[in-house]
Order: sequence, then C-alpha cells, then structure tokens
Amino acid sequence: MIAILEIQDLHVSYRSSGGGLCPALTSVSFGLMPGEIMGVLGESGSGKSTLAGSLVRLLPANARITRGAVQFEETDLLRANADELRQIRGRRISLIFQEPSLALHPTMRVGEQVRQVLAAHDSLGKSALNEQTRQVFDQVFPEEADRISHSYPHQLSGGQRQRVLIAQAIACGPSVVIADEPTASLDPTTQMEILGVFRNLREKLGLAMIFITHNPALLCGFADRVLVLYAGKVAECGPAETVLASPRHPYTKALFHSIPTVFDRPGNTRKTKLPAILGDSARSSLPIQGCPFEPRCTERMDTCKEREPTRVNLSASHTVSCFKYES
Amino acid sequence: MKVEATIGKNMQPLLRVENLVKRYAKRSLAGTPEEFLALDGVSFTVFPGTTLAVVGESGSGKSTLAACLACLESPTAGSIWFEGREITKLEERACRQVRPQIQVIFQDPASSLNPRWSVMEVLAEPLILQRKFTREEIDRRISSLLERVGLSPDIVERSPTELSGGQRQRLAIARALALEPKLLILDEALSALDCSVQAQIANLLVELQGSLGMTYLFITHDLAMAAHLADEIAVMDRGRIVEQGQAQKILKHPEQETTRQLLAAVPRLTLAPPLLEQ
Amino acid sequence: MRYLLRRLGHALLLLAGVSVLTFLFTALAPGTYFDEMRMNPQIGPETIAALRAQYGLDKPLPLRYVFWLSSLVHGEMGFSFAYNSPVAPLLVVRARNTLLLTITSTLLAWAIALPLGTWSAERMGRLPDRLLSLGTAMLLVIPDLALALGLLVLAVRSGWFPTGGMASVGFETLSPFNKLRDVALHMILPVTALVLSTLPLLFRHVRAAIADILDAPFLLAALGHGIPKRTLLYRYALPAAANPLISLFGFSIGMLLSGSLLIEVVMSWPGLGPLLLEAILARDLYVVIGGILFSTFFLVGGNLFADLLLYWADPRIRTESNAQ
Repeated sequence: MIAILEIQDLHVSYRSSGGGLCPALTSVSFGLMPGEIMGVLGESGSGKSTLAGSLVRLLPANARITRGAVQFEETDLLRANADELRQIRGRRISLIFQEPSLALHPTMRVGEQVRQVLAAHDSLGKSALNEQTRQVFDQVFPEEADRISHSYPHQLSGGQRQRVLIAQAIACGPSVVIADEPTASLDPTTQMEILGVFRNLREKLGLAMIFITHNPALLCGFADRVLVLYAGKVAECGPAETVLASPRHPYTKALFHSIPTVFDRPGNTRKTKLPAILGDSARSSLPIQGCPFEPRCTERMDTCKEREPTRVNLSASHTVSCFKYES
Repeated sequence: MKVEATIGKNMQPLLRVENLVKRYAKRSLAGTPEEFLALDGVSFTVFPGTTLAVVGESGSGKSTLAACLACLESPTAGSIWFEGREITKLEERACRQVRPQIQVIFQDPASSLNPRWSVMEVLAEPLILQRKFTREEIDRRISSLLERVGLSPDIVERSPTELSGGQRQRLAIARALALEPKLLILDEALSALDCSVQAQIANLLVELQGSLGMTYLFITHDLAMAAHLADEIAVMDRGRIVEQGQAQKILKHPEQETTRQLLAAVPRLTLAPPLLEQ
Repeated sequence: MRYLLRRLGHALLLLAGVSVLTFLFTALAPGTYFDEMRMNPQIGPETIAALRAQYGLDKPLPLRYVFWLSSLVHGEMGFSFAYNSPVAPLLVVRARNTLLLTITSTLLAWAIALPLGTWSAERMGRLPDRLLSLGTAMLLVIPDLALALGLLVLAVRSGWFPTGGMASVGFETLSPFNKLRDVALHMILPVTALVLSTLPLLFRHVRAAIADILDAPFLLAALGHGIPKRTLLYRYALPAAANPLISLFGFSIGMLLSGSLLIEVVMSWPGLGPLLLEAILARDLYVVIGGILFSTFFLVGGNLFADLLLYWADPRIRTESNAQ
C-alpha cells in the first residue's frame, strides 16, 4: 500500500523579531496510509500545531519552511501554487482547528458556514447545495440536525460546535483529515462522543486521520499508529499498541508515568508524588547540540550532550531516536 | 512520601455548606422570563488539611459553586459556614476580612493574570492592598513565595505572557498564597495544562498541603486527577450532589449512574506490566 | 420589540432633558434680544417693556417652557424675533440645505473610506499602507478652518468654482436642469472640505477594524477550508468587522446637522450653522432652542439607528439583551 500522505524531512522555523530563525520542526518524516488514524502526541512547544499548519501551508506570516516535501497524490504540497492549494484545502485534505469557539464565524449560522465550504468547491445550484448541507449535518448530528444548522455558534455547546467543525471538514469528502486537539476543551463524556464520531466516519468514509493531542490516554484504542513529538523532532513512532503499552523513548516513558493511575494500580496511591518530568519544555532559540530532551532525561548519557540521536529501527514499523538503542 | 490528613473526632469543619441554591433569571427570546437553577440544594463539609474534589460535567453547577464560595456570586438560598462563622450574607467590611482566607485559582492561566504587569507587580498587589507590610517586607515575601512554588527569582521582571502555562499556574498559586489563605478553591486549575505539567503542579499542591496544612476544594471534570488528589469526592449533576464519599469507594464501588458514566468516560492508558513496576 | 420600545423611551427622555437644559441655559444667559434696542436712545423703555410683554418675555421661566412645549405639540416651535416669523419653517429650510451638504459628503466619505481602509488593512505595514496612513494623519492635523479657507483661496485664484453661497445671482430664472447644475457647482467646495475633514478618521477606523479581523482564527480556519479570497473578505471579514463600523456610522448620522457648522459659516452656505450662530449672538431665544433641539434629534436618532442596526446585524447582542 502506498502512503496517501508522505512527509519527508520537514524543517520549519519561525523568524523572530530580532531577525534570527527559531526552529519549530526538524527532520520530521512519516507516512500516512489510507484509512489509518495516526496519533501525534505532543505537548506545548513540541511543534504539533506547526506540523498541522505546514501540511496545508497555513502558517503565520513569520513561518519559513526551510526544507522538506509533503507528497500528496503526486503533488508536493510545499511547492504547489495558491490555486492548487485552494483546491486541495477542504476538499481533499481538511484541517480541524483547535478551539471550536474561535474557529467558527461568530455572526453566521452554522448551517451556512458548512454550506460555504461546499460552495467553495462545488459549483452546484442552490437547492443542491442545501440538500448536501443537510446530508452532512445528518451524518454528524443524529438528532436535531435542522435546529442546530439554523443556530449561531454562541447558542451551541462545546461538543456541538466541535461537531460543526467536523461537518465542515468532511463536507466535500476529503481523504485526509488533520485534527488539532479536537477534544481539548471538552468534558470527558463529550470527548468520548467526539472520538466515536471520528471512528464512525473512518468506517463509513474510509478517512485517514492525523489526530494531534497532548493526552496519550485518548489515543488508546483509537489510533492505529502513534508518533511522539518532542522539541520539534520525532522522538518515537510506531504501532499504537506498542508505543502506548511499552514506550521506548525516555520522554515517552516519563510522560506516561506522570499520568495518575489510580485505576490500574492496586492499593492506595493517592497523594503520592507523581514521577513528573522535571523542568520545562520551553526551548531557547539558541541552537542546541545534542538531544533536546537531555536536560530533563533521567537516563542520559555523555553522548547525549554532544550529538543528536538518529532514528533507529527497533522493528519494521517502530522507530525511536535515542542513543540507548543505537548499537 | 504519602500525605494523609488525620481527621480528629473533635475537629471542626473548615467549610460547611448547607442547602445552597443559586437561581439565574433570564428572558427567553419569546419574552417570557425563564429561570435557570444552577445549584439545587448543595450540602457538604470540608475538614481542614483535606481535599474535597467536586466532579461533574459542564453545566452540572460546579463553577457556580466555586463562584458562590469565593464570594463572587451571592447564593439565592442556603448558607455557607467558614470556620464556624456564617459568611453567606456578610456586609462589606466583614466580607473583606474573610475573603483573604478563601482564594481561587482559575482554569485559564492567561486570562487570570494581568498581561501588562510584571510578575513582581502581580505578586505584590495582594500584599500592598493589605496595607500592613513595608516595602522590604513585601520583597522578602515575594522571594519566599517564588521559592515555595518552584519559580526561579529571575522571572520577576517578566510579564506573565512570557511564561509557560505551568509557570503561570505556579504564579497564580503564589499570588493566592500571598494572603496566607486557609482554603484554596481550584476551579479546573489543571485542565488547560499539558499532562506532564499537570503532574508537576499536582505534586506542588500535595507538597503545599503537607507543609502548610492547606485545604483544597478541587473542582474538575478529570476524575483521574480528582481521585489522585482528593480524600473525598462529590459527584455533581444538574445542580445537585448525587454521590459523595471517600475517594477509593467512589472509584471502586460507584452507586449512581452519573458516577458510573463519568468513570466510563475517563480515557485510560494501559501500560504493560513491566513498566508499571518502574 | 421590548428592546426597541426601551430604546425609544430613552431617546424621548433624552430629548426632553435637552430641551429643558437648553431653555434654561439660554434664558439664564445675560441679556435678551431687546437689549440691543435699549442701547438705542430713540426707543423708549415703555416700548421695550411692551415688546417684551408681547413676546411673553416677562413671564416666569417654567411658564414660558410650558407654552413652548404646548406649541411644539401643534407643530410650531416658537417665534423668531430677528426674522419676525415662526421658527419652524425657518429651521426646516435651513436644515434641508445643511442636509444636502452633509448627506452627500457623508456618503462620499464612507464610499471612499470603506474600500480604501480595507485595501490598506490588507497591506498593513507595507509601503502603500504607510503612505496612506501618513497622508491621512496629515489631513487629520490640518484644522477644518484652514482646509476651508485654503479651498476658498483656490476657488478665488482659479475661478473654477463659485466662492460661496448656494446659488448664483439670477437663480430663479434658470431652467430646472441648470438650477441643479448651479447648486451642484456651489456644493463642490463645501463637500470637498467636509469630506477631507471627516475622511481621515473614518479611514483609520475602518483600517483598524478590518486589520483586527484579519488576524481572527475563524478566517484562518475558513482559508483552510479553501474558501476563495473574495468570499473571505466580503462574506466573512467585513460582517465580522461591522460592529465598530456600525457604531461609527451611527455617529456619522448623528453629526449630519451639527458637523458642518464651521464650513457653512466660512463658505456662506445658507444652512443651519450660520442661522444658529446669528441667533445665539442676537439672543433669538426660540431659534436657538429650536436649532439645538433639531440637532439633538438627529444625534439621538443616529445613535438609536446604530443600536437597532447592531441589534439586527449581530445575533450575539440579540441573545444577550433578551437574557437581561
């Protein structure tokens, strides 16, 4: 099977006000198979939102893609012109933004906002557009689709707004959906519902998804593969069962350990000190030699300060960037 | 190091809430007045040095509860007792005495701190308003506060916008501690943070409770973190407490449907056994 | 509906309050119309007293106010001493002349400010935007008086434009088309002065409002859906930026009768401005009150219009006001 989206050696930096270049993503490479859900795990400063934006070239004005290619169906998205990009965005590749309350137009009815997406890519007549809009809404809202489509964003709950964003994303039948923290501001129950909506759509429409989150627990039983980002680099990438159950990279391990596990451990572990990762993920703009996780790593060695680790293949599908595994 | 609060038989509750009711009146689009019952008879007790977690979905009334307890809203009915004294309907002067003892930390670190002030000014403000400290005394307290919450002293000149989410929450905690409160209300204080940062702040909260004897009211929809931090858990649904009890009991033997649903909705990360031992 | 009634009620209260205050202040100001006559040794004090009684100036203030209010209900606004005629028809004619000027210049100023401000906001920080900002800043600094006088000098020196007034001598004899042409020619200079004085502020506000919106996340999200640029601007950005602009528009309407006073006086345009000025200097009480009330009516009406427009345009305001 050929990857539907192939990211090759992506390097993105931001131009700071002082004039220097601050790296946000370095040597990011991975492939997305058709119908696959790829979970991208990253905390603040990892470059996950930059990754989402750079795939459809929707970055702030001071961003610079300095190297790499994003292959989608024989087109390199990084070298496509404005017209080709506009055709692809929303129609073949959709991006679901963070914060549904901000990503929707405040004074336009949500039904109209979905209709606009359809109108931008299909030159259908008015009634055909309305019919299609209704169908899209029925897919995402099992009940009350009509009432919701006539509402304004501020009249809807957080979960409902998120579903509207999903409706906008799938309206034109894309093959890839990139979701940037789609459940961040939601309740646990609503989170589960939204994950269910995504699973449903994957089954019905065969969507491939890149699901970006900072909470590894969400990817359990949901993602097929997991990619861990730290400081703009790929720390680990592999099948979800492997990475989530037995992570190899020290960062991934430490991250999973810092999550309270009151449910799994027997006995009373309340109020014990969680094995939190010391320090901050805030990065300086100075170029660093060596592994970016080294200052906070409990398993660091001398080489970690001197050189950057390269990707090591632990198995056919599981890679990790750490000196511990370099033979 | 485990921190367990010992609740003596004769210890007085720090906070007691009886039948708290909060009603909001609004007009529907048709013009008819509608009432929204945010709190429908909430009662509970919190003993000093312990943590009570209030969990529920959005709309269950937990944020309204926080607002009423912090004297930001006045309840429609019911009573709130703090250290044995009723504080529900106090006049301004008495309220001003009680307020420093109950502090709130909010969810969004970005919007609860004034972006135009420096860290120094943010921390000094509550101390200056107390009007009983000299300049040197204030400076001294600020450095000890920063140390206590694990912030390095050289951030005093920076603005809160330059700090990370975790640092901002630490700053918010430091500012709350400046007034030496007895009760800290944490309204979804960890929800907007990354997982690893949540762990750091949770550790800080546990440590502060051990060293200062702080009492926490931890409001959240994250049952896992609530279960980790709390001695008792109260589950709220539509303005009422539907289930309340010791944290372990709620987790292992939930009785109400709401609780069961909340438990089922918690995303779990199942680590392979060898890793659990580390 | 409730919202509308509430706002109307407020507006009426405001107008009533203004009328009381104006009455009070003008009556309290030292001197009356007849003080000029007192200086004239040929007119005896009895004549003056009789005239004062005739015009009811010897009655107490509250009574005069009540008389004036009752005549207002009948559609009259008192009597002008200087022009020796009822005030209402006088005001209507002058107000019409002023509105001719101000409506034209307001429409023109907005028609220029909207596209120019949008165009400039899109290119924020780059050379065209910087030049425009500099230009409008300079215009803002130049006093309206200097602008008007400068234009007059231009008219005199070049002879292209009439140097004042609304109509040429022999206006009545012209054909309807030529009448129109004549008035239009006379309008060119004052309208230019008005547009030049109001345009800079409008431009800056439009530019700021649009620039604010251009950064909004929902625009970026719409771009991500492949919405074409034109739709983005007119269907997404402009409506979202409308709120501050609608308020500004309401303000423009409010200024329709009061904003052009200076220009009218300098360019001898027979509008409300010069009339009001004369009346104040001559203590022509009822003209002053009538004129001020007229202007206030427009001001209050303009704000009310803006509020209603906002209510219609922004669903969030509708929900919020219904919740109160």
